[in-house]
Amino acid sequence: MPKCKYDWPEAGDRGLIGESIDRVDGAVKSSGRARYSYDVHPSGMLYARMLTCPYAHAKITSMDTSAAEKLPGVKAVLVIQPVGSEIQWAGDEIVAVATTSEAAADDALRLIKVEYDQLPFLVNEEDLSKAGDRAKPSAEQKSGDPDTAFKDPDAVISEGYYGAQVITHCCLETHGSMADWRPDGKLKTWSSTQSVSDLPGQIGEGLRLQKVDIQNSDIETVCQYIGGGFGSKFSPDRWGIVVAQLSKQTGKPVRLMLERDQDLEVAGARPSYYGKVRVAGKKDGTITGWDSDTWGTGGMGPSGNPPVPYVLEGIPNQLKKHTRVNTNIGPSRAWRAPNHPQAAILTMCALDDLADKLGMDPIELLKKNIDFAPEILRQAYVEELDKAAELAEWKKYWHPRGDKTPGHLKRGLGVSIHTWGGRGHASTCLIAIHPDGSVDVKLGSQDLGTGTRTVIAITVAQTLGLPVDGVNVMIGDSAYPKSGASGGSTTVGGVSGSTRRGAIDARDQLFAVVAPALGVEPTQLESVNGRIQVTGDPSKSLSWKQACAKLGVKTIEAQGKNPGQCKLGDSGVGGAQIADVTVDTETGLVKINRMVAAQDCGLIIDMKTAESQVYGALTMGVTYSLFEEKVMDDQTGIMLNPNMEFYKLAGIGDIGELVVHMMTGPGYDERGVIGLGEPPVISPGAAICNAVTNAIGVRVPTIPITPEKVLAALAKGGMA
Amino acid sequence: MKIRVKINGAWREDDVAPRLLLVHYLREVAGLTGTHIGCETSICGACTVLVGGQAVKSCTMFAVQADGAEITTIEGLAKDGQLHPLQQGFWEEHGLQCGFCTPGMILSAHQLLARNPHPTREEIRKGLEGNLCRCTGYQHIVKAVEYAAKASGK
Ligand code: FES
Ligand code: FES
Repeated sequence: MPKCKYDWPEAGDRGLIGESIDRVDGAVKSSGRARYSYDVHPSGMLYARMLTCPYAHAKITSMDTSAAEKLPGVKAVLVIQPVGSEIQWAGDEIVAVATTSEAAADDALRLIKVEYDQLPFLVNEEDLSKAGDRAKPSAEQKSGDPDTAFKDPDAVISEGYYGAQVITHCCLETHGSMADWRPDGKLKTWSSTQSVSDLPGQIGEGLRLQKVDIQNSDIETVCQYIGGGFGSKFSPDRWGIVVAQLSKQTGKPVRLMLERDQDLEVAGARPSYYGKVRVAGKKDGTITGWDSDTWGTGGMGPSGNPPVPYVLEGIPNQLKKHTRVNTNIGPSRAWRAPNHPQAAILTMCALDDLADKLGMDPIELLKKNIDFAPEILRQAYVEELDKAAELAEWKKYWHPRGDKTPGHLKRGLGVSIHTWGGRGHASTCLIAIHPDGSVDVKLGSQDLGTGTRTVIAITVAQTLGLPVDGVNVMIGDSAYPKSGASGGSTTVGGVSGSTRRGAIDARDQLFAVVAPALGVEPTQLESVNGRIQVTGDPSKSLSWKQACAKLGVKTIEAQGKNPGQCKLGDSGVGGAQIADVTVDTETGLVKINRMVAAQDCGLIIDMKTAESQVYGALTMGVTYSLFEEKVMDDQTGIMLNPNMEFYKLAGIGDIGELVVHMMTGPGYDERGVIGLGEPPVISPGAAICNAVTNAIGVRVPTIPITPEKVLAALAKGGMA
Repeated sequence: MKIRVKINGAWREDDVAPRLLLVHYLREVAGLTGTHIGCETSICGACTVLVGGQAVKSCTMFAVQADGAEITTIEGLAKDGQLHPLQQGFWEEHGLQCGFCTPGMILSAHQLLARNPHPTREEIRKGLEGNLCRCTGYQHIVKAVEYAAKASGK
């Protein structure tokens, strides 16, 4: 096949690409010099805080802000939702203040009097029978002939109840921004956002809705560093509009960061998903039917509809029902791999139960039915299952359900597979090669900590034949060329595509300038090892600096775009994970011994940042499987654990050993770059559930798998 | 109230409200924003600094309680432009992603190594129990501390 001009280098010629390279922002972060949104503190800056509604569902009947307005230090009071507004969740924002100190802001909020009429609410949905008219069933979906499949006298049928709770994002940095509305009418925001390029437009729209006049082109958003997003920071949110209004009103820069309790109450929730599932199979393990009746909540908005049966989507004879439940728990947001972890729990746990009924090893069951997975991933799944099994010592430690070893410590292994899209987003960049040899890359992208800066630096450096530190990456500002939001694992594909194309075009312009000096055609040149040389002949070469000096006073500029010519990326990845746990049947505590992940993501640009995504995802998976839950109180309608003491994240002692294997080489690399941030967080829940079941011989139906639930399951019929 | 503190080697005096937390004093008054706020309630460890050489969660302490004390924040750890081995370790061993927990992790690890220059992996995990990270998966944080223990060569 003739090579396309922008194609990634062939194996053996990839240089930096795929190596384990240190992240370019490591020193800045480890020395405390990285500036996050709330670190920006211009002189005269005011602090903003918001009074929120204490009820799950209520109507505002009266409001008095006069005492707060008179308090010294208060510069502005802004009513966000006026008398008469119907509030749909506790924690919703009612009034904001801007003051000269944080303490004054708290004092001011205490002086504001708001009265409400309380209205009926629902905050828990696992018991669907209590949902009443809050339950909104959608039309039944049917394929093939499920009735006959489940009635077949030869079919083995497993039946179970499974579920995943509502959790929050709990980014270590809360949501918020600093806004500076300047006298010249221009607004600049330092926002904690996953969407630098898109934010000004969204802020402009939000302001105009509030009848505040501004053009999008007069708004600039900056986000150099962000303390986590995980899907919860795509929009400016109401507080991102309020802070701009306050800045305009006071003529001062204003900072508004959510406090931790607010952040947990309103700024991020993953929809729940519960379901009764039946699976039919033949004695040889071939799956013949799927029947699921599921429900879940995403607050008052959509609850998502996780794709079941997951991965093995081609299972014949399906019957599916789904019911959305409207609750007053606050809005849901995209949570790292939206819908997929929930779908994995329902599917992979149901298949594990079928395997048990058939007396089969669950890995064999998955492999036996792998033709129900999308064709492009089948081979990868088989290889990943084998790799994960090898690394987890599956043959040694897996056993049929229920660890028969005497004593109260029971060990078990569980498996799950997952998939994700991850095609690169639209991205534009500008690459400049200066006469002094320096190289700038500008794009309105952002680095959530995933390593975006590093990936851009490697891509451009490798293309120009420079070391990584020879490239100056400038991102995190909407003034740069527009690049997509960081969601859906689309960033690495997007920015590697745009910067690869831009760097090739910039390089070709340099070749055209340099070629006469080397007495050859530009097409005969290559840029390697810090030199421009006649291909394969270092004796006819110029150093990078000498070559750039030939530019005189002119800087080369090239734009790069994704998507564009040549196939640099793809969509669709797979992965297999195995959890190895020990359950204490006396206390109900689950201890993670080991989490193993085998993951593909096409061509890897930086092995170090790629592996790091998987390590982090495994821990996040352990956390949501064992600890996290947005606990809502049926009596008062409020969240009971809006703090990090009771909204617990896994600590360094909770995660066991993490083993990560990235699939590379033929079959993977030639697919080009595919995103990775999300997929590895999908399987831990299902793998851990199955491991616990394998250990104690009985299923704990829903996550988080708390000691209480383990003991309850054991009491119902385990092997304690 | 007037307080006098030595931060990263330099004395300074400020007039602060009695209810001002040390973390807010460091960030908003002294302008040292490398100390972060994660949980606000002494759980996450993002705000960890050294007060008199001891790791302290600076959101649990009032600024006035630090009167007369020597404080080291993340900005004070590098000497003569040279990263501290812990800072180098967190970089090279990839003990950070978003970096928000990193300053606190490093200062807690600093105390751990001061007490126990050659900790085992288990001891590292024990020593950093009070610091939470949402991104990295922790495993590389353990490696980063091991790196520093080796590099300090004590
Ligand atoms: S902010 Fe101090 S421990 Fe979390
Ligand atoms: S690196 Fe993000 S919280 Fe630790």
